Amino acid sequence: MKFAVIMFPGSNCDLDMFHAIQDGIGEEVSYVWHNDTNLDEYDGVLLPGGFSYGDYLRAGAIAHFSPIMEAVKKAAAEGKPVLGVCNGFQVLLESGLLPGAMRRNENLHFICKNAALQVENTETMFTRSYAPGQEVIIPVAHGEGNYYCDEKTLAALKENNQIAFTYKQNQNGSVADIAGITNEAGNVLGMMPHPERAMETLLGSEDGKKLFESIVKEWKDKHAITT
Amino acid sequence: MQLLREPSPEMIQEQKLYTEMGMTDEEFDLVLKELGRLPNYTELGLFSVMWSEHCSYKNSKVLLKKFPVEGERVLQGPGEGAGIIDIDDEQAVVFKIESHNHPSAVEPYEGAATGVGGIIRDVFSMGARPIALMNSLRFGELRNPRVKYIFEGVVAGIAGYGNCIGIPTVGGEIQFDDCYEGNPLVNAMCVGLIDHKDIQKGQAKGIGNPVLYVGASTGRDGIHGATFASEELSEDSEAKRPAVQVGDPFMEKLLIEACLVAIKHPKLVGIQDMGAAGLTSSSAEMASKAGSGITMNLDHVPQREKGMTPYEMMLSESQERMLLVVEKGSEQEFIDIFEHWGLKAAIVGEVTDDHRLTLLHNGETVADVPVDALAEEAPVYHKPSKEPAYFKEFQAQEYRPKVENYSETLKTLLQQPTIASKEWVYEQYDHMVRTSTVVAPGSDAAVVRIRGTKKALAMTTDCNSRFIYLDPYEGGKLAVAEAARNIVASGAEPLGLTDCLNYGSPDKPEIFWQLERSTDGLSEACRELGTPVVGGNVSLYNETSKGAIYPTPVIGMVGLIHDTNHITTQAVKQAGDLVYFLGEVTPAFAGTELQKLQEGRIFGKAPVVDLKLEKKRHTEILDAIHKETTASVHDVSEGGFAASLTEKLFGTGLGAEVTLPSEDTLAASFSEGNANYIITVPAEKQEMFEEIITEAVLIGKVTEQPTLRINEKSGANLITESVASLEELWRGAIACAVKSKG
Repeated sequence: MKFAVIMFPGSNCDLDMFHAIQDGIGEEVSYVWHNDTNLDEYDGVLLPGGFSYGDYLRAGAIAHFSPIMEAVKKAAAEGKPVLGVCNGFQVLLESGLLPGAMRRNENLHFICKNAALQVENTETMFTRSYAPGQEVIIPVAHGEGNYYCDEKTLAALKENNQIAFTYKQNQNGSVADIAGITNEAGNVLGMMPHPERAMETLLGSEDGKKLFESIVKEWKDKHAITT
Repeated sequence: MQLLREPSPEMIQEQKLYTEMGMTDEEFDLVLKELGRLPNYTELGLFSVMWSEHCSYKNSKVLLKKFPVEGERVLQGPGEGAGIIDIDDEQAVVFKIESHNHPSAVEPYEGAATGVGGIIRDVFSMGARPIALMNSLRFGELRNPRVKYIFEGVVAGIAGYGNCIGIPTVGGEIQFDDCYEGNPLVNAMCVGLIDHKDIQKGQAKGIGNPVLYVGASTGRDGIHGATFASEELSEDSEAKRPAVQVGDPFMEKLLIEACLVAIKHPKLVGIQDMGAAGLTSSSAEMASKAGSGITMNLDHVPQREKGMTPYEMMLSESQERMLLVVEKGSEQEFIDIFEHWGLKAAIVGEVTDDHRLTLLHNGETVADVPVDALAEEAPVYHKPSKEPAYFKEFQAQEYRPKVENYSETLKTLLQQPTIASKEWVYEQYDHMVRTSTVVAPGSDAAVVRIRGTKKALAMTTDCNSRFIYLDPYEGGKLAVAEAARNIVASGAEPLGLTDCLNYGSPDKPEIFWQLERSTDGLSEACRELGTPVVGGNVSLYNETSKGAIYPTPVIGMVGLIHDTNHITTQAVKQAGDLVYFLGEVTPAFAGTELQKLQEGRIFGKAPVVDLKLEKKRHTEILDAIHKETTASVHDVSEGGFAASLTEKLFGTGLGAEVTLPSEDTLAASFSEGNANYIITVPAEKQEMFEEIITEAVLIGKVTEQPTLRINEKSGANLITESVASLEELWRGAIACAVKSKG
């Protein structure tokens, strides 16, 4: 399986995402510059964390106008897995691929720590390798991760099983403890915690590995059927 | 023409306008001699910044010469952007620490942020990929609202810059003391990684080669920042806020990526960042080091504002700018690299053979001065030195605190901001980005693995300035020893260090004496412990109307771990492990946290450091770690044995029961300053461990039950406390102090 890690000016978790794929699960991966316009050769798209365009204006707001975003939207529409982590999640919200918005953390500080998450839905292509209700340790590192959506959207997220991860202890003020959500089709996941930072016990946790393994498993199953 | 707005050379001389730029009569006369004529306003500006303490080290040079700067592994000592030390496999570690004290005192957020930005540029200008940030901070006591404002602003500034640029802030240290109330210390350190073949130098070689300006445009910010940094803070300092620069970490992130591409280009000749004294220092130093000259046309300097004068452009300390010299004909290739990253690159001049810095503006020559006069020939002062009265007094004083309730004393100590958990601070720093941080902030040293190898780097910043105040010589030795203890406790071999010498005004003989004696102590410790000084920074004039800060030579030390399996932390690992005490119990209470707590000040004779013993301990502990006989190692520091043992339990869910190794219960519990360690050892490794470290004394066990039990030598119980309740006090103290109104 071949992954693209999108690099915006100011992305800074691109390296981590790259190594999570290359060293963590041993799949193919390349960096794709934000000025590129085509992602057809890739089977999965990863939007890494960081401060795209310095997060000036609003986190993720400028990145969504990058040329590559049309190709990201196309990949999403084709049903390819699209994962946005941290700033990547913010970009997905700004570009309308996921519902809701981000506010500054409730305590108005950047927060970097290991966080306990609950896997809420193991039916998605991103979470199928986790056990139902499993608790995982995945780090958070953000200043604007306080997820917000209106009640109607929240009801829809619940109704469609779009809430993938919640915080065991709310870290930032997010509505309904939300840490990660998918789109309705289930192939676009945005999450504030960083699974790419939880790939090795040497660094404290390898609970993020199953997320990437899920994506590959799903793709391999699908690939086996279609060929 | 700017001369209409600027004073004429004659006016400068008659009205002694140079004094406003921080120059003395003698220094002005020296400029006259160098030029053979009166300097104009721009030229005088060049001299004043280049001859400021910040750029020239004119007051500290005589002392810096004492430092050992060579070693088998040293590839680059002091004099370049940062020091470089070999770490095998054709790889090297590049690191440096630098102060941003005065800017942070008047504008904490930007002052701290640009301090981080500046030190990162020093490291990548050597060709290295920055992989970690550290810092060392000093503030007044947190009860003062202005101090809280500065503390919160500095932490937010470090976080704001480091988090955005994507370099993890992996550790540091913070102390609180009244002497830093109006003059906080913000020392930032950056550590980078480089392959030997990529090492760059800031040299302007090759007559006719073009000089490229890259990065942010030049604005009117930070003009005379270096001069501002070289004078005492006063009521007027607030008015110098324009001398503080504004940082743009996004711009610097792009600049790093572009420069690291440019550095791989074979046609790059030299590269240097525009830090203190901006365009002036970068151009003059690059030319001086290469024995060449530089001519620049200031009309081509990218400018943020209209109508900037040559004086303003040359003295601006706008951030995120670099100066490159490239081979003639390759200009466009470099411009393309920077354009890919959305950055400006402009050809502003060329290398000449006349050893002069010549500046053109609007078709006229506006400055023409010898580069060596600027970069190398600043006057060197050996200021008068005088032993302060307090020192003699302290030498004769005996001090022993009185403790009745050991549990209560321990609890109070754990809540002192200097000892309390710094979680409130480091949770605001992204300490994990680049996914290589093995030991995060909170242990003795931070550890960052080197991807693709089995190696890792340990790093620490240390300086207990109280001991240096009591006795600059012994305290200086202790600062280096303490840093080395932390490096060793993490399983690393100390490689070398960078220092940031923060002191009061050297014009005062008592302060100069502190500088002199403490650098003697630092030098001796560096020699004995085999840790050469490969770079650093001097920050003098750290004074307010209330007086000088404690002498604070911060040590930033780096160590090499050959195998990630040897990475060791301070935290205990499992119930049943044996607890050992290694060291001497001597009643040393002068300068301790306990003395400060009970007396409200520090006084007395500082502990004496035995460097031979220190070195022996390092060797033994590393041997014990490498033979995998240890589970955890922690040196005894602030708060003494009791606080250090308690810290080992936090976050583990475990407890410990120990018996003090001496009948002097007070000294065994709370004395500080000795080369003491607490080590835990898996029961099955007992024999092997005791063979390696014969002096270690078995004092107890790690327990399943999360309770701290400390017994007196006689066996009587001294302290029994739930670890969870101690941890709550320790963890919450800083957040609580910040939130409290006062």
